[in-house]
Amino acid sequence: MTHRPYTPWLFLAPGLAICLMFTIFPFVNMVVLAFTDASALGGGRFTGVDNFVRMAEDPKFWVAARNSALYMAGVVPPLVLLPLLVALLAQKAVPGIGVFRTAFFTPVIASAVVVGLIWTWLLDSRGLVNNVVEALGGTRIGFLTDSTLLLVSSMVVTVWRGLGYYMVIYLAALANVPKDLHEAAMVDGAGPVRRFWSVTVPALRPTMVLVAALSAVNGFRVFSEIYLLSGGTGGPGGASTTMVLLIQSVGRGLTGEVGYASALSLVLFVVLLGLLLVTLKLNRREEQL
Amino acid sequence: MKLALRYSALLAVLAISIGPFLWQFATSIKGPNEDVFLPDLIPDDPTSGNYAAVADVVPVWTFALNSLGVASVNVTTNCLGAAMAGYALARLKFQGRRLAAVIFAGSILVPFEAILISLFLVMRGLGLTDTLSAVVLPGAIAALNVLLLRNAFLALPAEVEEAAIIDGANAWQRFTRLALPSVKGTLVVVALFSFMFSWDDFLWPLVVLSDQEKYTLTIGLAYLQGTFVQNQRLVAAGTIIAVLPLILLFLLLQKHFFRGVGEGAIKG
Repeated sequence: MTHRPYTPWLFLAPGLAICLMFTIFPFVNMVVLAFTDASALGGGRFTGVDNFVRMAEDPKFWVAARNSALYMAGVVPPLVLLPLLVALLAQKAVPGIGVFRTAFFTPVIASAVVVGLIWTWLLDSRGLVNNVVEALGGTRIGFLTDSTLLLVSSMVVTVWRGLGYYMVIYLAALANVPKDLHEAAMVDGAGPVRRFWSVTVPALRPTMVLVAALSAVNGFRVFSEIYLLSGGTGGPGGASTTMVLLIQSVGRGLTGEVGYASALSLVLFVVLLGLLLVTLKLNRREEQL
Repeated sequence: MKLALRYSALLAVLAISIGPFLWQFATSIKGPNEDVFLPDLIPDDPTSGNYAAVADVVPVWTFALNSLGVASVNVTTNCLGAAMAGYALARLKFQGRRLAAVIFAGSILVPFEAILISLFLVMRGLGLTDTLSAVVLPGAIAALNVLLLRNAFLALPAEVEEAAIIDGANAWQRFTRLALPSVKGTLVVVALFSFMFSWDDFLWPLVVLSDQEKYTLTIGLAYLQGTFVQNQRLVAAGTIIAVLPLILLFLLLQKHFFRGVGEGAIKG
């Protein structure tokens, strides 16, 4: 016997306690509360699917769901493609490349808040970007005051911040692409563009699926960028609000509608789980090919 | 020629990546009479006065201390607690091991945003709302770190411990003296990412804290912007205070950061 029967549980106790109390229990509780009319003060009766019926008729929910879906659709293509291009650029070990890679990663370590505040300042009606626009002969653009432009601006911030992060994932994958494939293609007379599409892209397909999945999940649950760029309001009249902004504004505070917020949370969870399952399925198909 | 093209492209991406930070830094040292809207990176009248001034309007150093405290505790609990759990899962045989592994794996699948409101209720039930303990606890031992360390322990050869077992070392001794020193690399990654995750966290402190004295830097900054949006120099100084420690940490330990992205790609 290498250890007493209870020893493993002593090792596991702190970790299990944290996970059960602050993840598993709240999760189960959220699912239960989604079918009640609980308020911030407690209580709540079982109300069946009332919360979901209300959701279907709630224009705020549809705005938030549409914005979250748009956000996801907007950030996934650039986040799959642009970091790959940056990775190809940063892959070759030219002198000084370490400095460039380090600099490209800097936006990742800065918090979403710092990044959000910097960009709020850049995109302000009097900010640097608008100064440039005006100098080029254009008129000032309401990046943060128009609800659609606010969404697009937030997407740009998300993509900017994701460049370095996904670049690192691509760099790791590129290091595993067999060199002889490139050499063979070169012998066959394929130019760099041709080699990119017929050698690099197929070899990186699984990584691209992973990046698409990660950026889709993170896109659908966007919070900080929109919150900060809109100054906490979710845009003019709440028109740029997203699922997570809606959840925290419905559920928070003394007037918080905990039951309804839980129902919204359950929808968020189901969507994110669905995205994950689709990814797993795509990955499995990749492996079978 | 081709090399020149590559460097121009690299420089363009470099400008896009760190330009905004440089601009923010320039704003933070601009004197009170300078136009903060003019796109000049080098101020005519540089001053450190904004850093002192930001502390006069909000207790920014208290915020920084709160953030530092929360992040330090987070690093300690994650390294120790996750290593303990990971060790048990990887190196000890016992009934219920599968169940324990499933609980950790299941926790990873739960997006934090989905349990936000419910977690707030748990904290209220425990009487912990508006405390820094409430900020620390939910991420104190992240399931992802448990699984990362489990994989690291699994990769160790079995012979190392067999000799120690024959010598009569108990599980705790084998864990602290043999296993833990062998997974240093993974521990550094866990420590760095726990620090960064905690230092940068925004949504949860925003929901669970209301007393300004307990604010962490991230929500302190959002509050600063909401109140003092008129003086952009102060907001800029605040953001530099928030981002500088992480940039220094990153410059010192960048290899581990890059490794961490590969190993923990799931953590968002």
